[in-house]
Amino acid sequence: MAKYMLIMRNTDETQAKMADTPFDEMLETVGRFNEELIKAGVLVAAEGLDDASQGVVVDYSGETPVITDGPYGETKELFGGFYLIDVPTKEEAIEWAKRLPAFPGAKCEVRRVPGIDEFPQDNEWIRKERAWREQTGQL
Amino acid sequence: MSSLEAIWRIESARIVGALTRYTGDLELAEDVAQEAVAEALVSWPRDGEPANPVGWLLATARRRAIDAFRRRAARDEKYALLAVEDTDGSDGHLWDPDRIDDDVLALMFVACHPVLSPEARVALTLRTVGGLSTEEIARAFLVPVPTVQARITRAKKTIAAARVPFEVPPVAERRERLGGVLSVLYVIFTEGSTATAGDSLLRQDLAYEAVRLTRTLAALLPGEPEVFGLLALCELTASRFPARTGPDGEAILLEQQDRRRWDRSAIRRGRAALGQAAAAGRGLGPYGLQAAIAACHAAADSVAATDWERVVLLYEALGRVAPSPVVELNRAVAVAMAGSPAEGLLMVDELVATDRLPGSHLVPSVRGELLTRLGRTAEARAELELAARLCANARERAVLLDKARALN
Repeated sequence: MAKYMLIMRNTDETQAKMADTPFDEMLETVGRFNEELIKAGVLVAAEGLDDASQGVVVDYSGETPVITDGPYGETKELFGGFYLIDVPTKEEAIEWAKRLPAFPGAKCEVRRVPGIDEFPQDNEWIRKERAWREQTGQL
Repeated sequence: MSSLEAIWRIESARIVGALTRYTGDLELAEDVAQEAVAEALVSWPRDGEPANPVGWLLATARRRAIDAFRRRAARDEKYALLAVEDTDGSDGHLWDPDRIDDDVLALMFVACHPVLSPEARVALTLRTVGGLSTEEIARAFLVPVPTVQARITRAKKTIAAARVPFEVPPVAERRERLGGVLSVLYVIFTEGSTATAGDSLLRQDLAYEAVRLTRTLAALLPGEPEVFGLLALCELTASRFPARTGPDGEAILLEQQDRRRWDRSAIRRGRAALGQAAAAGRGLGPYGLQAAIAACHAAADSVAATDWERVVLLYEALGRVAPSPVVELNRAVAVAMAGSPAEGLLMVDELVATDRLPGSHLVPSVRGELLTRLGRTAEARAELELAARLCANARERAVLLDKARALN
């Protein structure tokens, strides 16, 4: 089994459509999909992000980071949220991504999340992180 | 793996479930579902994947089922009615969102029906509910493909011959029948979690398959504490997978495992499931109690830091709800670990005297450990050597012989 992150990427247009959709309708659509993931025994975590206009961007182009208020200037795609699922193959992760409730124009990026086992176990920092995960029960 | 295979793994239970409800015939449902998959293997690459792949599979399978009814109608009147239904290319409303959960549950209960032999239940569950191919099941259980094929065919014929209804059992029988389903899932998990060198990764996939099916069952039957007990046991046991084999695939016993390698998120999920099992307030069942014992280990940084007093109590409770000599042996170990090796040894000797685990290497191996702890090294060495002779697993045998040698 491997963990995959399904990362929602919205555009201004899909954001606008989302804003026009009644909130209860959204909750139901997303809720039904989430329930499918739960019944299939694959859901690990899911979070949606607050409105991009409330976010800021830290830009490292110059000598010191420059902070600008979102949305993101040239960037046309905005991260909207993510699902973390536990499935045996990349193809199953893609299959779930295909079923995500999304507005036309949105995209979903499917990325594998390497486990901490894949890092050098004798590295001091990896050991520290392991200890932290152990104490806090983090994913 | 193609997207078709991925879809099949995700949907097989619901597709076969809906088709079984429609046809009233598990064997036919499974056959036409497989035919639809075979047809998709040819037509999807040629014509492109349909917009609604699941609907396509269902509609295709339903057409095949109607063809079969037409053929049977010549011999048997009752099929005539089913055969006249029009084939408009839709799935004929097979996909009823209000019934789909019950269809999946019914499929689980039928696949685990007591009229089937235990091996048949396992094979049929993996095939129809898990969506595994015959080849995958054969590889996971280290048996030839034709053996699995024969088991599944026979199982479907038995279900038909015994006229097993396709339904979630009525409330009066449900708990007992649920026990049957849980034991099939547990067998699949245990088979997958047995550390065997070489194919350990493959077997781990089988264990995760059991976890997946148990999660599905828990989502569909949220009011059944033992389902959560089993889920907790699987999650907590699986959390140790990363630590239980060494670099060369050798088994590492609980005492020697690097606990930092345990999967913390699996432990967290296991604890949450155990909480659910306990929340019902009816007391933990056999799976829940074993999960509670696993949770004691999961909570401890080391063997020494384990709450062995609690482990002893949990084994006592387990011995009452599900008595077995293996539970007795484990209780003896726990008693020894809690500070009374002599008392533990008495319990093991009792097992030896009543010959309740004949020929098992576990008894002399535990006796050897306890005698070592009591400083009776000559006797301990003899016991460990006896255990090594009785042990079938080469790697475990090596560990036992090492321990015996260390006493020289």
